Amino acid sequence: MTETLATVSNNMLYSATVVYALALLAHVAEWAMAHKLPADDEAAGSRGGALVATGSVSSPVASSASPLGATSPETRSVNEVERSDKYGRIGLSLTALALILHGVGVVSRGLAADRVPWGSMYEFSITVSLAVAAAYLYLVRRYRVRWLGLLVTGFLALVLGIAVIVLYRPVGPLVPALHSYWLVIHVSAAAIAGGAFTVGALASVLFLLRSRLEARASARPELPRSGFLWRMPAASDIDKVAYRVHAFAFPLWTFAVLAGAIWAQYAWGRFWGWDPKEVWAFITWVAYAAYLHARATAGWQGRRAAYVALFGYATFVFNFVGINIFGSGLHAYAGL
Amino acid sequence: MALRPPSDTTRTQVEDGVLDTDRRPEGHASEKPPSEQGPSTGRGGTAPALRPVEFGRWLWRQLTSMRTALILLFLLAVASVPGSIVPQRRIDPSAVQLFKDDHPTLSPLFERIEMFDVYSSAWFSAIYLLLMLSLVGCIIPRLRVYAAAVRGMPPKAPRNLSRLPAYDTWTTDEADAGVAKRAQALLRSQRRRVRVFADPPAGDVVVSAEKGYLREAGNLLFHCSLVVVLVGVAVTGLFGFRGSASVIVGNGFSNTLTQYDDFTPGASFDETSLTPFTFTVEDFHVQWQRDGAAAGTPLTFNADLAVTDQPGAPPRDYHLRVNHPLEVDGTSVFLVGHGYAPRVTVRDGKGNVAFSGPVVFLPQDGSFVSYGVVKAPDAAPSQLGFEGYFFPTADLCEGQPCSTFPDADNPVLSLLAYQGDLGVDSGQPQSVYVLDKDDLSPFTTPGGNPRALLLRVGEQAQLGDGAGSITFDGYDRWVRLQVSKSPAKVVPLVGVLAAIVGLLGSLFVRPRRTWVRVTPRDGRTLVEVAALDRVFGGDPADHVADVSSSLRPSSATAAAALPAQQEDLR
Ligand code: HEM
Repeated sequence: MTETLATVSNNMLYSATVVYALALLAHVAEWAMAHKLPADDEAAGSRGGALVATGSVSSPVASSASPLGATSPETRSVNEVERSDKYGRIGLSLTALALILHGVGVVSRGLAADRVPWGSMYEFSITVSLAVAAAYLYLVRRYRVRWLGLLVTGFLALVLGIAVIVLYRPVGPLVPALHSYWLVIHVSAAAIAGGAFTVGALASVLFLLRSRLEARASARPELPRSGFLWRMPAASDIDKVAYRVHAFAFPLWTFAVLAGAIWAQYAWGRFWGWDPKEVWAFITWVAYAAYLHARATAGWQGRRAAYVALFGYATFVFNFVGINIFGSGLHAYAGL
Repeated sequence: MALRPPSDTTRTQVEDGVLDTDRRPEGHASEKPPSEQGPSTGRGGTAPALRPVEFGRWLWRQLTSMRTALILLFLLAVASVPGSIVPQRRIDPSAVQLFKDDHPTLSPLFERIEMFDVYSSAWFSAIYLLLMLSLVGCIIPRLRVYAAAVRGMPPKAPRNLSRLPAYDTWTTDEADAGVAKRAQALLRSQRRRVRVFADPPAGDVVVSAEKGYLREAGNLLFHCSLVVVLVGVAVTGLFGFRGSASVIVGNGFSNTLTQYDDFTPGASFDETSLTPFTFTVEDFHVQWQRDGAAAGTPLTFNADLAVTDQPGAPPRDYHLRVNHPLEVDGTSVFLVGHGYAPRVTVRDGKGNVAFSGPVVFLPQDGSFVSYGVVKAPDAAPSQLGFEGYFFPTADLCEGQPCSTFPDADNPVLSLLAYQGDLGVDSGQPQSVYVLDKDDLSPFTTPGGNPRALLLRVGEQAQLGDGAGSITFDGYDRWVRLQVSKSPAKVVPLVGVLAAIVGLLGSLFVRPRRTWVRVTPRDGRTLVEVAALDRVFGGDPADHVADVSSSLRPSSATAAAALPAQQEDLR
């Protein structure tokens, strides 16, 4: 039974990787076809929904952008809009399909091991990426963030691919240090926060690209405004999504770190011992706290805050990759 | 200092600039207009000569500004990095020793700047304390401001409501008092605080409502809790201790200083206050996964203790497991590791037993290949020393001896033997895990190479030159115990829980002000609805739409007379 489940898990995760890669291709096509399309409030409106509606004010650039047909015959343009949009929808459907495969893969892995599937770097990777996919699809439903599709599917295909190919480990028992219900509390919070940080970082990247574009366009209004980046919501709306995701992730990360500290008290007799993992969790925490503060500080909103958020994400990734591989310390049992 | 520039998401140049300042947390030094900011920070200006009191006040304001807090927070993060790269004495003293041996030129400098004790260094503590001071200095005035603000809210309306980010207006035949009353009831029913301002000269009535006071309360709770956590952790560290000991199964441990391998007391810890408990490690159980792809993974390990809580008390049994410490009167004993202790007997050249007993070997990796040192200072004519490895399931991997399983299925001891002066009489403290080979020479093969002794249980090897022999009698196991006392450990725990509750409040509660103004005009009534969010990310336009759709006459005769800028402002 265990063997069967483990095989099911492996097959599901392989398939999920492939389907994410297909979704990525669809989104690449979506972007490619939007290459010549002008910025379009109508299309952007249907994509960005409420967010765009509330935000069109904040982007004088977008609202003053040339309407359809300024550069190309209207009919052709409408067809291309539809084609680009169709590939976007295909990408989204494939992502949803992959999420199901991915979810079954993670759950069957847990069933095969008869425990929560968070005992190794492989298992943590598949779980965090599941959180990324779930967060993305939730946000698509809630805030219509399909414009994140390219980066999210790219991330998922890459990370899940690395997980199944490089990090893979057969199903095994947990080392004794992990025999505790704190594992469930601590790691689930960290995984969900990690997933949300990832989505936040990807949104911040798009925010930076788009706001750079907007700044350039307002300096040189004669530049053409076409391509997918121009068809996304305005920078300020992207920023709003990024902020919401980070504001969700930060308390959860706080909780994860603090739950870790309490667990450490039960496992090792101290709350905080400046173990490398602890140091970097703290640094990540500080970086995101700084991000939230920066947003409330004059002169630090917008791009600077986004860079702080990306820095925070870099420390999160380093903690997971760098410290696990090169580091020592008590967390080292989270085997490769 | 410039006020917040109009950000692109919340463009609200409200009249008088009143609201603009108002939207930012009160009582925060950095947010005061320049006139109240104290002496200029010297930006190109001519700074007036400072009197000491003024200077002190200025310094205090700088310290408690949000920017300083941010910088300190960042500094603290940066300062904690080296400790995750350079080995730390508190975490791994032997790694520090190794590092010092490898970097003889760098080490004295590192010693001087406390690089091996980053987290207790003067500079790290300085940042930590300044941050704490900044935090306290920031909280106290904000508490006062908040208390006053809660009593004073909701505020009056700005003169020109149409310039707020969300606005709607219409005229109706309904009497102004009626609309005002309905507006009041509606906003109350939405659990907002409501105040009514009547302004006789202009003849208008403003219903002013506010919601979301808990945001600032949550924020204050969060910041206060951080102080509680920091103080709690500090107290725990000051009055507690941590130590560790390796105890061979069958042996006892008593809670006195001499029994510890290492011991780190807090600065205010009184060593005579060690709880006088003792226990014996009666038995030890360990299990590894035997088959499948994960063979060799540890499954469980645990120990049976007989604990005597205080001298004279009857012993009790305790089953010690990972994550389940033994608690005796505030002191906790944790099972953190285990290993092998080969039993050997060393006979010297005269045939006398120079050493006999188990020796703790340290596991090097998950296969439990263990390194250790045997010293026989009593051997004559010259002292004998051994170093080498214990292989629990010995095998050959690519020509090298290795262990293929962590359990002791085929234990083999592989040693190099030395004779000469062990250096134990020099008065210098010596680690039991290190063989000082300065005055030792190895026993060699006829070819002149050091001779490895390979022993199975029960086997004996002669050292040559009639210098003696060593016998591998068997092996015991030992457990690694960590003992600590963390007084007041519930304090940081409570702080942590409160911090999270506060954080949720400060991130997710959205303060919003709503105004409904009714003005009699030409026999009809002009109604205006406007809302202002005090934090980023909300959607006041939806709220205004809601309110006005409830207040408009149901027939909706009045065409929505939206001012032009509303399109822009939505
Ligand atoms: C230990 C480090 C600290 C952490 C982790 C922290 C965390 C936070 C968080 C998460 C927020 C909410 C941000 C938001 O409203 O979106 C916040 C707000 C705030 N913090 Fe801190 N804080 C820390 C230290 C400080 C210090 C030392 C001060 C004062 C000197 C301070 C002043 C403020 C102020 C004024 C706000 C309100 C900003 C606003 O919402 O507009 N913080 N803090």
